Amino acid sequence: MTTAVERDAIIAAGSKPRRWGSFYVAEHRIRSMRAYLQTLVVTSFGNPLVYLFGLGVGLARLVPTEIGHATYLEFVAPALLASAAVTVAAEECTYPVLMGFKWNPIFYAMNAAPISGTQIVNGLVLAVGVRMLPTVGIYFVFMLLFGAVPSALGVLGILIAVFTGMSVGLLIMAYTSTIVEDRGQMALIQRFGIMPMFLFSGTFFPITQLPVYLQWIGWISPLWHGTQLGRDASYGQSEPVWLIAVHIAYPLALGAFGWWSTARTVTRRLNA
Amino acid sequence: MRAFRGNPAGQSSGLGSYPVPQAVITASSLTKKYKDFVAVDGISFEVAPGESFGLLGPNGAGKSTTMRMVGAVSTRTSGDLSILGLDPNDHGPEIRSQLGVVPQQDNLDQELRVRDNLIVYGRYFGIPARQVARRADELLEFAQLTDRAKSRVDDLSGGMKRRLTIARALVNDPRILLLDEPTTGLDPQARHILWDRLFRLKEQGTTLVLTTHYMDEAEQLCDRIVVVDKGAIMAEGSPAALIKQYSTREVVEVRFGSDRNAQVATQLDGIGERSEVLPDRILIYSDNGEAALTRIVERGLSPMTSLVRRSSLEDVFLRLTGRSLIE
Repeated sequence: MTTAVERDAIIAAGSKPRRWGSFYVAEHRIRSMRAYLQTLVVTSFGNPLVYLFGLGVGLARLVPTEIGHATYLEFVAPALLASAAVTVAAEECTYPVLMGFKWNPIFYAMNAAPISGTQIVNGLVLAVGVRMLPTVGIYFVFMLLFGAVPSALGVLGILIAVFTGMSVGLLIMAYTSTIVEDRGQMALIQRFGIMPMFLFSGTFFPITQLPVYLQWIGWISPLWHGTQLGRDASYGQSEPVWLIAVHIAYPLALGAFGWWSTARTVTRRLNA
Repeated sequence: MRAFRGNPAGQSSGLGSYPVPQAVITASSLTKKYKDFVAVDGISFEVAPGESFGLLGPNGAGKSTTMRMVGAVSTRTSGDLSILGLDPNDHGPEIRSQLGVVPQQDNLDQELRVRDNLIVYGRYFGIPARQVARRADELLEFAQLTDRAKSRVDDLSGGMKRRLTIARALVNDPRILLLDEPTTGLDPQARHILWDRLFRLKEQGTTLVLTTHYMDEAEQLCDRIVVVDKGAIMAEGSPAALIKQYSTREVVEVRFGSDRNAQVATQLDGIGERSEVLPDRILIYSDNGEAALTRIVERGLSPMTSLVRRSSLEDVFLRLTGRSLIE
């Protein structure tokens, strides 16, 4: 028995969260990240130093030959950049999702407010992006300092890395959002998902070095596609246009699927 | 401090003033099924603005599921539901922007400090940052948590967490406050502090909808209750009216020892209007408890313990379902 005027007023009051809800969730997540800001800063500066020194400088001495017109450091740097983004994804798309349902069930609280399941997912994705961007940016600065970026186009590597990281992250999220009981699945993702992906995605050597029956791991790995794209930008490795298109389309498709699937799962769990 | 009102929905939401609706919640044949299990079985009720309405029933009666449907979170299987004149299927976010929700399990963000919990939550309603900061301070005062503003949520006692959850539910100045088992698990002192806060909200005209399996809570806070069991409504009315309708004014509780209660019960025929034999005691319903007790003693029966008390909603529930509320 509500009057039309009142009805309109209520609908108007709800329009703001409907439009901006995803950003409110991102704001919340970023505020939570402040709690471990120190760790974020230390790892953001420490990781590139350790990896670029250890692999790019140390290992590079053992690999004196060029790999497709690039020094080993130039070859490995775009891969490390993309991997740094994937590492952030592996952290931010696992526990925070499980926690939001279970140990710190704030998703239910958000959903009791005007925020929808899809907005929760959008907000998480935005926050992951916000965390990824400075991490990758700092990494890129170190790459410049180490002389690992021969071309100015290499700066695109930052966007490519975030794109790659998000693609992997969204796939992980699609899985973690379905977890009801923690039975060590997070460790499994790390050991049997992320680690092999690092090793077989052409990070440290071209996947053509692998026997053909192992190369498929690279082909299906979004990290390989992202890494190759980064190399295309950084030192212009010669790849056909169609392959570059695949490097873009494939991670995009995986990410889109992950996003859609996560939103569906989260909505279903919240509104049961 | 600004009053918390259920209607009109407050200056903060910018709705201005408008006529008071006749019912803020209307449920008709509301049903929720999970596969073969019927959690809520076609219940119908209405809640008027400013009313304090309770769903009383044991665990598993379907109270929380009903609350989740009213909270525009859980999708109903069938029936009609209107909250503030809107259908939750179409206008979930709009409805939720007018509600305050206190869930059964606290879901505060343990990664944030006490005050930040309020601020973050207020943002979900689109309240500007400066305004929500001011509101957070007012609410901390209301919840008697001002000195804990920078504490970690984990460091709060159960009662404090509950008060913070209630404060959080008020951040948008809601028209309807939904409370699911608000004092379950709290010690008596914490419960009384919480009741006091809720009673103030009620006095200020906030519409309260609460579920409880504590009859004293329902009696303290509710103008009107529905007794729910197995997903269906058994009775409806004010606590006093329900007691009047389904019980006598007073009850005598007598204990003869757990192995003798059933045997002695047959000798109590004719005393009081009716009796209930429980494993640990016998309840005799009578408008004059003292007189009934005298008659028991006159029959040469000497109970180990005896107690004359006023009838409560517990007795109503027992009468309606044959079972106790807390099992």
